[in-house]
Amino acid sequence: MSEIATPLRKTALNSVHRAAKAKMVDFGGWDMPVEYSGLMAEHLAVRTAVGLFDVSHMGDIQLRGPGSLAAVQKLCMNDASKLQVGQAQYSAMLYPNGTFVDDVVVHKLSENDYLIVINAGTREKDVQWVRQTIGGMPGVHMNDFSDYYTQLAIQGPKAQETLQKLTPVDLGPIKNYWFTWGQVCGLYNVMIARTGYTGEDGFEIYIPSDEPTSTRVWNEVLEAGKEFGIVPCGLGARNTLRLESAMALYGHEISDTINVFEAGLGRYAKLEKGDFVGREALVKVQEEGGPKRKLVGLEMIERGIGRDGYPVFSLTGEKIGEITSGSPAPFLKKNIALAYVPTEFSTLDTEVAVEIRGQKVKAKVVPTPFYKRPKK
Amino acid sequence: MSYPADFKYTKEHEWISVDGAKGTVGITDYAQSSLGDIVFVDLPKVGDKVKAGEIFGSVESVKAVSDLYSPATGTVTEVNEELKDAPEKVNADANATWMIKVDLENAGELDSLLSAADYEKFIAEETGH
Repeated sequence: MSEIATPLRKTALNSVHRAAKAKMVDFGGWDMPVEYSGLMAEHLAVRTAVGLFDVSHMGDIQLRGPGSLAAVQKLCMNDASKLQVGQAQYSAMLYPNGTFVDDVVVHKLSENDYLIVINAGTREKDVQWVRQTIGGMPGVHMNDFSDYYTQLAIQGPKAQETLQKLTPVDLGPIKNYWFTWGQVCGLYNVMIARTGYTGEDGFEIYIPSDEPTSTRVWNEVLEAGKEFGIVPCGLGARNTLRLESAMALYGHEISDTINVFEAGLGRYAKLEKGDFVGREALVKVQEEGGPKRKLVGLEMIERGIGRDGYPVFSLTGEKIGEITSGSPAPFLKKNIALAYVPTEFSTLDTEVAVEIRGQKVKAKVVPTPFYKRPKK
Repeated sequence: MSYPADFKYTKEHEWISVDGAKGTVGITDYAQSSLGDIVFVDLPKVGDKVKAGEIFGSVESVKAVSDLYSPATGTVTEVNEELKDAPEKVNADANATWMIKVDLENAGELDSLLSAADYEKFIAEETGH
């Protein structure tokens, strides 16, 4: 039997990545660059200078109309009524049992107008979920704008200086998780957000997704960042950067089998804001004394690298959990991991053992995030 | 990428250079390049037996783990201890950075390995270039 191959989806920058000889991989059905010059160099460039990522595979759902706030409030666990125009917030859409449909960033574009940025691998599922959940609500119009934008992430301590060369908008006053619109590379009304997924300062810009425009802006950003040592980065570095910063990745730290409190994201669930999908289940988890397992940071103390899916044991040999993401941390130069363990093993400095190809290797529970960017 | 003509190659991307009954084993330039930044090399101990076609260790990049397959059968006589602290040497020069040295049990079995030219052809087919 031969498998019927589904053609991989491509962003508008696909031929740019291929021409630059980036290593390409199938990422959730998308043909994406995993590495350009090398994961390590790309990771370090973002921590110390600036890196450029194509994140156009991310999806964008817009909710508009007089009922849009009520719709966002029902769909997402954070309190969108606290948002001002031009502000974004980390949030999540939940199933009724308190587990994750997806984690999202909600942007308030104007009164009665919200943009929800969703993950690539969950796009179709998310769009369907939104339709189904708010379908019966009055005064809300939904649009899937996922294919309309090329989304570029410019990340690192030199991100602002790089982007500033390409826009008349004064980027300095834009606070973390705020955004504005302005001219970028001669394009009008580009959304410029101070957001990212690297634990570093940086911006994400949303430009039209036609190939010539996307290619031109990509190249102009690289040219502008040249003096700061900019490098184009792949999803490999994006993953190690977010892991050092202990940010969740759908299908790893969060999924439809993990609830908000287990994932340590309770601070983003505003139970007091009124009803939302998943709220009841979360209240019940709290009433029953909190989660039975928790996401913890691990650092390997013996020689070895714990990786995604490796089992975690107590020092007495009992299997207690599993690593959700594990990797060498290029900036910290340690082998780190995130793992679910029973609450009684979640105290800092608790020693556990990770099974690496049949061998038990010691690790200990450490504070997260593993990396925190220095305050300016 | 370069593949010395006096080495023999496996389809799992290891090389072996043979001097009488002694074999020296490493991974190919192609292997190091596809792995990317190598951060960890796990090798057997001196005195361990290795068997042709079987796993004798592993090499890890930031992203992935890859098993090492022995090109030959024999006993490990030396292990490149340098790689414990400097695994990136494999990226810098895969052909000059050996991993283990082996007392060969049967030098004849090396005949089934690939020549440099055949290995290059094999990679070209594998990568579709």
